[in-house]
Amino acid sequence: MPVFEALRLALQTIRAQKLKSGFSLLGVFIGVASLIAAWSIVNGVNRYMTEKFAQTLFGVNTFQLRRRPMFTPNVPDSVWRAWWRRPRIKFSDAEAVSAALTMPVVTAWQSSENVSVFYGGKEARDIELTTASERYFDIKNLRLALGRPFTAQENRSGVPVAVLGDAVAKRLFVDRTPLERSVRIGGIAYRVIGVVEKQGSILGFPLDRFVVVPALSPAQNLVNPPGVLDAFLVKAQSEIEMREAMEVAEGVMRSRRHLRPNQDNNFVLDTSEGVQRFWAGISRILVVVLPNIVVVSLVIGGIVIMNIMLMSVAERTREIGLRKALGARRRDVLRQFLAESAAIATVGAAFGIVAGIGLTLLINAASPLPATVSPLSVVLGVVMGAGVGVVAGVYPASRAARLDPIAALRQE
Amino acid sequence: MTAPALQAFRTGDTPLPDIVILTHKLTRAYDMGGEVVRALQGVSLQIRKNEYVAVMGPSGSGKSTLMNLIGCLDTPTAGEYWLNTQKVSDLDDDALARIRNKEIGFVFQTFNLLPRATALHNVELPLIYAGHGARERRARAVHALERVGLADRMEHRPNELSGGQRQRVAIARALVNEPSILLADEPTGNLDSTTSGEIMQVFAELHRQGQTIVMVTHEHDIAAHAARVVTLRDGLIATDQRQAA
Repeated sequence: MPVFEALRLALQTIRAQKLKSGFSLLGVFIGVASLIAAWSIVNGVNRYMTEKFAQTLFGVNTFQLRRRPMFTPNVPDSVWRAWWRRPRIKFSDAEAVSAALTMPVVTAWQSSENVSVFYGGKEARDIELTTASERYFDIKNLRLALGRPFTAQENRSGVPVAVLGDAVAKRLFVDRTPLERSVRIGGIAYRVIGVVEKQGSILGFPLDRFVVVPALSPAQNLVNPPGVLDAFLVKAQSEIEMREAMEVAEGVMRSRRHLRPNQDNNFVLDTSEGVQRFWAGISRILVVVLPNIVVVSLVIGGIVIMNIMLMSVAERTREIGLRKALGARRRDVLRQFLAESAAIATVGAAFGIVAGIGLTLLINAASPLPATVSPLSVVLGVVMGAGVGVVAGVYPASRAARLDPIAALRQE
Repeated sequence: MTAPALQAFRTGDTPLPDIVILTHKLTRAYDMGGEVVRALQGVSLQIRKNEYVAVMGPSGSGKSTLMNLIGCLDTPTAGEYWLNTQKVSDLDDDALARIRNKEIGFVFQTFNLLPRATALHNVELPLIYAGHGARERRARAVHALERVGLADRMEHRPNELSGGQRQRVAIARALVNEPSILLADEPTGNLDSTTSGEIMQVFAELHRQGQTIVMVTHEHDIAAHAARVVTLRDGLIATDQRQAA
């Protein structure tokens, strides 16, 4: 019997016994659906992390000189305490590094603290106040929807002007223009000169709840002790130049901190790789857990199919006997039942793929997790589904193939 | 009237071309939990082309065993079985499946039709295993159904057919590969006497057209339709008689 005939027969049987087949393909269905949905999430978040998250938080070809890494997977307390004992980054450190960099770079100072911002009787709570130098907007790629950023002149003289994040502007001013109005930060009046375009959110964290003011403006006292900054940002024109700049910065900082060659850095030069490493740590957990879920459901799916197939062989003993009497060879019977179990599993996998893609779209729409369907997961889903079907079918099919036609025909 | 004396067959001989079935000292023993049951104890039988033979005998006489051996569903413990001048008693499983497919048309007491398949598909079944294409299968199955007078019932399922019609579908299925022998096991056992008569007419017509028929039955009036009656007793041929049709 040609393979095509076996497949046609298998599909006929599945159609004739919808309920039974439906139950038997449930396991594979769940396995493949979970495979695709989970893979899509990891895949989507991965891409998001590398393409958008890292760039949004760091900028392209940008590194930050900081006391400790910005994103830290769960580190032991001892490490954490060591980080806190490190000296802070000072204005003078930033100036020294800046002076030593010979390649064309854009630099900025940055410090942040959560504060409340007031306008009239309204309060915007839990706003990230960032004191920064003027090129901060370029490095972070923040474009203004209204007004202008502050200038180098304004930064140097510490003029109290503020650029608002979209959410802050909406909260305090609703639909009136915030430009030229005064908001109060830490009791000091700041004149609003610009509003940044809406940034949206990352993984559910809003990106528009911030205010940027000049690094040397009065609010610096709210953020850090005098002369101290959180980070010195350096953006180079290429990855190679960024690496060179990092080496220069490392040398300058080590000599300023009087570190001996055997001593570790007591500062970090953080790049978007740091974020990606942080994410890689999380996704590794998913990558370990995920296949287990999939494997467990596929194994269960396989066992269910095997059981159903054994039942099916028992029920159809007479039919098998008849087919053998009419000239079916062992391999014909084997092929028929293998095709049937593979077809059940493949149909299950197909439904699983549809459900997995649907689940992915649902996650995309209903949660902040970005998910994209990976074509590879679809291929793998089909292959694994059919594979489970074949493997689960081998034993029942070989039992069917070995049946003695006389005994099989005699069975009621 | 006894059957005409056939040429004596000795081990090492080859049967004459017009001998469709030749068994020589055919023996079949079963091991029933340590006890050996000798169902056939050396049956030598020759059946010519276009003979119509009824095999009779009480239960336990070995007629089912002989039937299974002739139908290539079973292999003998000892002795020879030649089908169409081909020695089949020492063939392997797959070769026997091929012989069953090409040379033997089975008709069973319980019809053994696939319940979910149409009459046409049931008749096509042996052709699938013979490896014929869909178009040829259909044409031949239609022709076989026409031969048994069921041209207007081809798309019906077994549960939409009467007992007699079901058995005629089974006969069409048996004929579709143009087998050397039509092997019927109690073909009227599940039918009333009127319908049995109809089926016997179909057999008579097929016999007239040149079909070789071997039929196992325990009913004398059914066996009376055959031209030759072989009676088994205790695993041996007791009588072998020709009779007027």
